Amino acid sequence: MSVSTPADGLAVELIGITKRFPGVVANYDVGLKVRPGTIHAIVGENGAGKSTLMKTLYGMHQPDEGRIVVNGQEVTFRSPTDAIGVGIGMVHQHFKLADNLTILENIILGDEPVGGRGRIKFDEARNRITELAATLGVDFDPDTMVGELGVGQRQRVEILKVLYRGANVLILDEPTAVLVPQEVEELFATLKRLVAEGRTVIFISHKLDEVLTYCDEITVIRQGTTVGQTTPSQIDRRGLAEMMVGSDLPNPSGRTTSVGSHVVLNASHVDVAGKVAGAKLALEDVSVVVHDAEVVGIAGVEGNGQFELCEAILGLVPLERGTVEIDGVDRTDDETKDRLTSGLAYIPFDRHREGLLLDSPLWENTLLGREHEASLTSGPFIVRRKIEADSRAIIERFGVRTPSEQVPAFALSGGNQQKLVVGREMATEPKVLLAAHPTRGVDVGAQAAIWDELRRARDNGLGVLLISADLEELIGLSDRILVMFDGRVTAELNPREVTPELLGSYMTGAVQGAGR
Amino acid sequence: MKSARLQRAAVTAVSSLLAVGVALVISAIILLVTGKDPVKAFSTLFGAAGEPKVLQGMANRATPLMISAAAVAIGFKMNLFNIGVEGQMRVALLTTAVLGAAVELPPVLHVTFCFVVAMASGAAWSGIAGWLKVKRGVNEVISTIMLNFIALALVAWAFDDFFRVESSTQSLLVKTKDLPRSAWMPDIVDRRLNGMLIIAILVLIVFWVLIWKTKFGFRLRASGGNAGAARATGVNPKKMIFVSMLISGAFAGLVGMRALMGDVHAYQNNLAEQQGFNGIAVALLGRNHPLGIFFSAMLFGFLGEASGRLQLEDIPKEITTIMTGIIVLAVVIINEAVKRWDDRRIQRKAAAALDAEKATAEAVTA
Repeated sequence: MSVSTPADGLAVELIGITKRFPGVVANYDVGLKVRPGTIHAIVGENGAGKSTLMKTLYGMHQPDEGRIVVNGQEVTFRSPTDAIGVGIGMVHQHFKLADNLTILENIILGDEPVGGRGRIKFDEARNRITELAATLGVDFDPDTMVGELGVGQRQRVEILKVLYRGANVLILDEPTAVLVPQEVEELFATLKRLVAEGRTVIFISHKLDEVLTYCDEITVIRQGTTVGQTTPSQIDRRGLAEMMVGSDLPNPSGRTTSVGSHVVLNASHVDVAGKVAGAKLALEDVSVVVHDAEVVGIAGVEGNGQFELCEAILGLVPLERGTVEIDGVDRTDDETKDRLTSGLAYIPFDRHREGLLLDSPLWENTLLGREHEASLTSGPFIVRRKIEADSRAIIERFGVRTPSEQVPAFALSGGNQQKLVVGREMATEPKVLLAAHPTRGVDVGAQAAIWDELRRARDNGLGVLLISADLEELIGLSDRILVMFDGRVTAELNPREVTPELLGSYMTGAVQGAGR
Repeated sequence: MKSARLQRAAVTAVSSLLAVGVALVISAIILLVTGKDPVKAFSTLFGAAGEPKVLQGMANRATPLMISAAAVAIGFKMNLFNIGVEGQMRVALLTTAVLGAAVELPPVLHVTFCFVVAMASGAAWSGIAGWLKVKRGVNEVISTIMLNFIALALVAWAFDDFFRVESSTQSLLVKTKDLPRSAWMPDIVDRRLNGMLIIAILVLIVFWVLIWKTKFGFRLRASGGNAGAARATGVNPKKMIFVSMLISGAFAGLVGMRALMGDVHAYQNNLAEQQGFNGIAVALLGRNHPLGIFFSAMLFGFLGEASGRLQLEDIPKEITTIMTGIIVLAVVIINEAVKRWDDRRIQRKAAAALDAEKATAEAVTA
């Protein structure tokens, strides 16, 4: 590890950054060197630790170990204000703009130039913004309402806002996720102008094409640590995909049992509308079949329809078209509750948002979604004694590390919370399990335990739809792998034959439609 | 692990007591600033606690507060803020006064009939807010406030135009037709403590069983604790909102019954006024728990009852109103601070317990 001096001429350097959260190490010994006047991409899969790292750099939390050096000066940030103070600004993926204010008002909000008697000097601000906009190569009237702007323009306003606060280093968190292709080109034209005048852009992405086309340098993060730094001229798409996902893939499951023949889940030609009216379909003609004792893996970059697929199977979103059969019965028009009581179980994408009652004790958490089970209830009443016993059994079987079942869920580490959710869902003895990232943010030991349970249940006849960004998990557990891209299933692959490059190119939409 | 539960309950109780303590201190300062003697004020106030008359009055005043706090708390349990208890109560008051006086029934049945009418009409009124929220996404805070005004005007108009009866002896007092004796709620202590107290305690028990002991209550608490998780585990959020709004309204319908069936025996303007709003403060101080609500309602009842004594000592009785206000503010602030502290304490304890377990395991293997 080099000692940084101003002579190194780096805009930003991170040295040995480690950041732990209860139960997980989100970043471990991360090193990053960003030269001034470049667009520096940080790539990695979802959950690789990119966002944690950027939050560290923007002062949203403090690293447990490591140093941050900006322009040769070592700094510590207690809050984003400190980061802004040394010229680091962040453009968030989700815009933080007020629709009912003008561009001008949005930009100066919180940093208004105030004149005598507390009046805002709008003219001064307007001049500065027009100047900044000119250097960006964009042309708009600062008095337009933000509500009237399109997504691309709003992003430009966000960038202006950061520049207005004097940022020299701009962090953009997955800025292209919300943009259509033309807007992406415009964005990069803007960013090129910024770096041309000596500013620095740190660009977080998992879209390999953009990174290779537009960025000057690339740092790859995998499993919380930096794997290497490269440039587009040194590496091709395939190489980059390999760096992102790791070169040695695990062995496919050496299972001795065989896949069943009974169809436990059949989602057929499912269409689901997009979030906004008039937008393209979130799911388009998706068909998925899972047999008993089979694990069907869904690979894909997050946000390509996996979440909507789960919601559609659970009956949480209306279908535009298509049918959902669970264990041979058409459930298309049934309520979620009826689907869950007829053999469907769900390990949600985000345990905090959909899986747990954080303030409630563990025994209440193991009851969640199982209020219909006769062994836990008596008529309209819940039977606490029985539920507690059941909860202890789950804790025991899944090795949840907790002093007791009376502890509130928030007191547990992430891995133990996840084991509890998995245990609860398995306790319903489902016929088909939707497992979305069942081991995300979980330590290695807990991961192995969850995998073992899934394999055991599969051998006993459970059908699993496994959604995962972890290729080891996908290849290690799946009997078939479907790739989702842009709301459609674009490929069906054999886990025995798959390579990281192949998966990478399917997942990013470069190749489509094999085996379907 | 019973002790962990007790500890949590103790922490909750202590934080509420702390809030009351803070309110006393601030009130003392206000008294000092206005040139009154806080020691004399408080000794007068709490000196009254020894008198049976005051205690009976306290329980009588606490009766409607318990019910209205339960109505508010059931909404709170799933993050629904029913501010419309006052309006729901008012609609139920007039409906019950009119229908109760229109039928002839044997005593117990008549009282039951009145309760059913009160609960149904309260639920019907709160159901409007529930329906608006489920169908049109109207925030229940806004709709219940608006419905309060509508209820007030509607009831006043209906009373004035259709149901008022001029009393021959007291010509100034306009009321609806008197309820027959069979619909009266008897007193426990004559003219001082009405039997509605027993109904209020029953309501609290029903509330407790419903929320903590039934599947429905569990789903309701799950919806309040994490709407996303409730939805993903098959709870229909719209149905939940609508049903809990109806139950809240049904409780609200009973709030005014002590005044109607136990005291005045007819509807008149200003009957049971403010008792719906005061329930919000009682629910806050009682942390939405039946036991907490019981004691908070008693405290508020006591302050109301004993405040009269202050005037005899030339201390403005409004100091008790100020105290209730400060209690509510202090509760909100102190609860939040205590919860944060307690969450950290539990987290640390859980971690420590695991470390200790690990250490013993290692010692054994070594």
